[in-house]
Amino acid sequence: MRKSLNTLGSSLGAIVLALVICGVLLLVTGKDPFAAYGKILETGLTGEKLLEMLKRATPLIFSAIAVAIGFKMNLFNIGVEGQYLFAALIAAEMGTHVSLPAPLHVLFILVVAMVSGAAWASIAAILKITRGINEVISTIMLNYIALSFIQWIFETFFRDDSDGGLNVKTTEIASSGRMPDLVDNRLNGMFIVALFVAFLYWVIVFRSRFGFKLRASGLNPIAARTAGIPAKRMILFALLLSGAVAGLVAMPSVIGDVYAYGPSSTPTQFGFAGITVALLGRNHPFGIIVAAMLFGFLDSTSAVLQLSEIPSSIVKVIQAIIVLVVVIVNEASSRRYDRKIAERAALALKSLDVSR
Amino acid sequence: MRSGSVKPNQKSTIDKSPVVELANISKSFPGVVANRDISMRIERATIHAIVGENGAGKSTLMKILYGLHQPDSGTISINGVLTQFKSPSEAIAAGIGMVHQHFMLADNLTILENIILGYEPTSYGVLSLSDARKRVKELASSIGVDLDPDLPISELGVGQRQRVEILKVLFRGADILVLDEPTAVLVPQEVDELFVNLRKLVANGTTILFISHKLDEVLSISDEITVIRQGSTVATVAPNAVDRLKLAELMVGSDLPGHGERATKIGKNIQLSVRDLTVIVKNHKNPVQNVSFDIFESEILGIVGVDGNGQFELCEALLGLVDIQGAVEIGGIDASNLNVRERLDQGLAYIPFDRHREGLMLSASLWENALLGHEVSLSRGPMIDFDAAKKSCREIVEQFGVTTPNELVPAFVLSGGNQQKLVVGRNLAKAPKVLVAAHPTRGIDVGAQAAVWEEIRRSRDAGMSVLLVSADLEEVLGLSDRILVMFDGKISAELDPKKATPQILGKYMTGAQ
Ligand SMILES: Nc1ncnc2c1ncn2[C@@H]1O[C@H](COP(=O)(O)OP(=O)(O)OP(=O)(O)O)[C@@H](O)[C@H]1O
Ligand SMILES: [Mg+2]
Repeated sequence: MRKSLNTLGSSLGAIVLALVICGVLLLVTGKDPFAAYGKILETGLTGEKLLEMLKRATPLIFSAIAVAIGFKMNLFNIGVEGQYLFAALIAAEMGTHVSLPAPLHVLFILVVAMVSGAAWASIAAILKITRGINEVISTIMLNYIALSFIQWIFETFFRDDSDGGLNVKTTEIASSGRMPDLVDNRLNGMFIVALFVAFLYWVIVFRSRFGFKLRASGLNPIAARTAGIPAKRMILFALLLSGAVAGLVAMPSVIGDVYAYGPSSTPTQFGFAGITVALLGRNHPFGIIVAAMLFGFLDSTSAVLQLSEIPSSIVKVIQAIIVLVVVIVNEASSRRYDRKIAERAALALKSLDVSR
Repeated sequence: MRSGSVKPNQKSTIDKSPVVELANISKSFPGVVANRDISMRIERATIHAIVGENGAGKSTLMKILYGLHQPDSGTISINGVLTQFKSPSEAIAAGIGMVHQHFMLADNLTILENIILGYEPTSYGVLSLSDARKRVKELASSIGVDLDPDLPISELGVGQRQRVEILKVLFRGADILVLDEPTAVLVPQEVDELFVNLRKLVANGTTILFISHKLDEVLSISDEITVIRQGSTVATVAPNAVDRLKLAELMVGSDLPGHGERATKIGKNIQLSVRDLTVIVKNHKNPVQNVSFDIFESEILGIVGVDGNGQFELCEALLGLVDIQGAVEIGGIDASNLNVRERLDQGLAYIPFDRHREGLMLSASLWENALLGHEVSLSRGPMIDFDAAKKSCREIVEQFGVTTPNELVPAFVLSGGNQQKLVVGRNLAKAPKVLVAAHPTRGIDVGAQAAVWEEIRRSRDAGMSVLLVSADLEEVLGLSDRILVMFDGKISAELDPKKATPQILGKYMTGAQ
């Protein structure tokens, strides 16, 4: 508990520091930082924009959790991007081929997405287990492969040109397979699913036996192996789980918005954004949700900034600086935290000595 | 200050200048305890031993000298010059080298690479490996060590790793050597060799600070001994002014433990049976060859050997961590094809050679460390039972006298000996059928050692079989019912502990007999 408060404090401090740095950058480039931040707050803090913040946060939560599952075991799943795009295509297409009652149809698509994401991630897992290939390298390569592969099967088999070829997609999913909106056309039910997945992540990784083994394998792989935790199996499970969550990243769009997969309609780059959100949230479910919302908030204001002649890319700069600062501050503060623990331990030990 | 027949050292030092002078060093983390107003003078070209209970503050004091910790107050003078080390690199520049209680070598690098890491020799800006190799070989032979510089560290045993640590320090030109428990895992011959090496170094003007829990060694090697107790110096004595018993009394204020006769009988059932066990290593000599033995219920089988003669691989094979030929039976069940988990479920437990490498998650809490390997019994359904896990940890802390405020602190705040107690406790806690114990009292002080022995005996009397691998021959002789000598991967002799002595064991261990 103390630890999470401590982390929260240092993350907040980092965000403030990042805003100051960006302010200086704005000043140097001849813009008024107060005007810019004022604009961000003014536009961001409206009901409409807050809904957009939640909407934008949704895929980030999935992606960050997928990354965090790997991080907890010292595995760097850089391949969330490829995993979710692959999953999006397969799930969107499979979703058009079944007819099920509404909740089951949605569930079916979600399960297919998770299985597909896990399947794509399993390639990296198998390469690591059998050939010892570093997952950083294999998942990066698999991202490239996924992009070309998806493009090829989409063009060859699933392309639907019914609207004249301007916006090619897969066939639209029937209404029974669509995620209902929470707020009409602004926020769909995938947001609730994201919160639920974050909760499950907490239960599985932080409370369950499986999660303990996963974390132990990350903390000291040799000790874990010596204690009977099978290293290879844990690598496989961790990457499968990570891939399964990654499979959900595009679902807010695929079953909540566009009701199809399409190269131009399905969002990209969330796999990489997830890495930064996981870092900012320090792999903790609550931290990830908050970090995703912060990023969603900043993203939601960028269009308005453009209109008031402040370069909207400032949002990306702020995000990048926040992450850098957070990583540095967290490193320093976790050292300080370790020292504090040591201090308390020493104090308590002293009282033991006296009573002995 | 304690009174008694031991008078604090007050040699008048006219000719010999102190090379290290620590004055009124205090170190709290930061709530005190670790070091309290410690003053020491170490004379040039001497061996100065530091002894004290687990958690007394020995490692902390040495880390201060090495620049790893900054003292809260007090001063350090080197060669009469007041200095302040902000980091180890400054201490190294001043000629101080430290070999830590826990080795700090990179597994996947070679001996040579580890030694030169951070101090890469260059000629015209180009890394000159051949020069470095030559220099390492020279250094090694100057202190009588024989190692192939191109072997990866992962293939070395603890004793050899320790030599590499010393070479690494010498390579950096240290003339003040701090050795934190260098002999904890060495057998007597290796200790003798090391001491010959150390005396050679001293003869060339090197000054050595030496921490050990093995009091006989301390008495035999050192020129002066400082006793630390609960962070303060209790006395500084000359070795000829004290004996083992006095030293122990100064340290822990209690008597030395002995090994009593066993009261119970060895059982009739074989609990661990090993047949023609060979450990297979690709492209290498097999480290264990055709080893066979049985251990009965309530029996302790000791294995002695110079480090690197296959003991480590034997233990790994029993646990199921390496490829083997031959058969292993645990509790009458063929375990040859079982994985680690399944073997542990058969009632096997393992106290590993190196607590940091194979035993602990240093940044995790004590209770999580105590949970490691016992996840199944401390779960409710698929979920960890947090209360039960913490309670189980508290029991271990209580039973094995782990000095810690509670079970929530991370493992790295414990002193080395207390970490060891936790690892031992974790493995004895679940009443295993067969315990494979490697250096079970490594780094544990004489008082707590007796407690651990008592626990092992108690479990033995309740039926547990033990395979005891230890460099501490007194420990092996005192606990074992039978002793096997391992030499060059094979069992070379079986001895009766009642008739054997450390000298006899030593002869067999070096293959002289
Ligand atoms: N990094 C640290 N953070 C907090 N407390 C520490 C740290 N290192 C040591 N301590 C505490 O300081 C005290 C002295 O520890 P130290 O490691 O110096 O003992 P030691 O004499 O070397 O014991 P051992 O014989 O077990 O190695 C212990 O109570 C220990 O818990
Ligand atoms: Mg120590």
